[in-house]
Amino acid sequence: MGRITLDKVQKKFGEVEVIPPLDLTIEDGEFVVFVGPSGCGKSTLLRLIAGLEDVSGGEIRIDGKPATDLPPAKRGLAMVFQSYALYPHMSVRKNIAFPMKMAGMDQAEQDRRIAKAAEALNLTDYLDRRPGQLSGGQRQRVAIGRAIVREPAAFLFDEPLSNLDAALRVGMRMEISELHSTLKTTMVYVTHDQVEAMTMADKIVVLRAGNIEQVGSPLELYKAPRNTFVAGFIGSPKMNLLTGAIADKHNATTIGIRPEHLDVVESGGTFTGRVGVAEHLGSDTFFHVHIPEMSEPMTVRAGGEVGLRHGDTIHLEPRAEHIHRFDAQGLRIA
Amino acid sequence: MATEHSKSSARLMIAPAVFVLLVWMLVPLCMTLYFSFADYRPMRGTFDAWIGFGNYASFLTSSSFLSSVMVTLQMVAGILLITIGGGVALALLLDQPMFGQGIVRILVIAPFFVMPTVSALVWKNMFFNVDNGLFSYLWKFFGAQPYDFLSQSPLLSIVVIVAWQWLPFATLILLTAVQSLSSEQLEAAEMDGAPGYSRFWYIILPHLSRAITVVILIQTIFLLSIFAEIFVTTNGAFGTRTLTYLVYQRVLESQNIGLGSAGGIVAVILANVVAIFLMRIVGKNLDT
Repeated sequence: MGRITLDKVQKKFGEVEVIPPLDLTIEDGEFVVFVGPSGCGKSTLLRLIAGLEDVSGGEIRIDGKPATDLPPAKRGLAMVFQSYALYPHMSVRKNIAFPMKMAGMDQAEQDRRIAKAAEALNLTDYLDRRPGQLSGGQRQRVAIGRAIVREPAAFLFDEPLSNLDAALRVGMRMEISELHSTLKTTMVYVTHDQVEAMTMADKIVVLRAGNIEQVGSPLELYKAPRNTFVAGFIGSPKMNLLTGAIADKHNATTIGIRPEHLDVVESGGTFTGRVGVAEHLGSDTFFHVHIPEMSEPMTVRAGGEVGLRHGDTIHLEPRAEHIHRFDAQGLRIA
Repeated sequence: MATEHSKSSARLMIAPAVFVLLVWMLVPLCMTLYFSFADYRPMRGTFDAWIGFGNYASFLTSSSFLSSVMVTLQMVAGILLITIGGGVALALLLDQPMFGQGIVRILVIAPFFVMPTVSALVWKNMFFNVDNGLFSYLWKFFGAQPYDFLSQSPLLSIVVIVAWQWLPFATLILLTAVQSLSSEQLEAAEMDGAPGYSRFWYIILPHLSRAITVVILIQTIFLLSIFAEIFVTTNGAFGTRTLTYLVYQRVLESQNIGLGSAGGIVAVILANVVAIFLMRIVGKNLDT
């Protein structure tokens, strides 16, 4: 069981309020991703849950039991760190065994759990090596193995994939998702990468400056961002946010159109502009279109083989049903 | 960078330094070697350039040789024990955030700057002196009989003096090692349920092992040649005669330069044996 409740949790470093009072419930078995730009307090929030930082106010409950004043070890949570934080002088086996050894578990049970974790994580051949002899991905798996064997109420991941190269990151993303579906344990995952958030999460928590901007499933956030910040943060490439006359036409201060919701048309169209940088990805092409009446170029997603080049004139037509409207405060107009 | 031209000019430029160092080392070493095979007692006017291994035989078979080696080892071991133990403790303390950290750290290094002779005199006259040493006042304050450190436990006294001098060195090196430990590792251990002493034993101490071996290596090499502290305090009496001091006595007190030189060569060989032995341990530790 791993239901985590944050009740008006607050964190101050001296005079600076990093996290203003915040409420959040993480349901048992959920995969929750905290996402936000760097410095938004997502890691701090995770460390508050882990108990590595003391809260300045409010209460944390794990499975309904107050955990605010419990030391990290007593909370029944396991954490995977960004740097993996493996113990360099211990073999992989000893690394994985460490939490069990500290808990005073008997040797047979330790061996059984190590074997099981090593099997699940493809580490059986590496058990007697030192972390220094492993690749980044393998180290990551050892760190996860060390977390699994404790059979914690919830796993906490602090940007675990940011030290891996792009290809490995995609692979590990799958493995962690796979792990979640087999273990069905609560996982709290911190990242600044919205792609990780979109692909892995059951529930995304978007944070900015310690405030929760929006909580919801990836598709909810994609379809109905609550404000311009979430609109700009979720989705890749970024949503085009337009102000001025075009927004007034829709009775809004700002309107948002995702690059994939703009169609390239032969002539006419709402927008006419000049093609700037074109990014050809094979399956898709992203055009940065300079439109005379707008200060920022607009991003457009087109099919893989569009015969447009730098400097060509392009006509664009947004899909009316996918236009997001925001008011003067940046909040969504339903 | 490494063109033929720059290589040869680099060799040319370091040549003077290498030459001076070589001469500095080799000339005394060769002279010692030469005298060690000679019967050279200037006060009696004896000089016989070649007597074979006679000096070595009498130096190695004399009863004072073995005891001096034992004393040397005990002294070095005692000092290492105090400096490493105290150094680790002080390093951990100094790593804690506190008021006036910079000043405290400078003060901790201070004893290292005091010359050995001076520190030995200060300890002898201000701390260990039976009549007006600070320890005597302390003993009297608690109603105890003042303790004559230098004659009752002379070896321990010298160990304390030298350890006091070398503690800053150990602390400094160990402090940098403590600071290089990633806080995430400690946090991971904390999450894994390791209490404070387990974190020290399983995480901090293994992390420090490399620094500790370096401290042991460097200190041992320097400590094998302790002289001033013994000369100033006990003059080699009461079982504080180390190998270095024995060599000094043979040369200056017995005025037997041949015998002393032989002792010097023996000391060099033993020191090298110890150094090679330690180097191997360090090398092993640096591998992993």
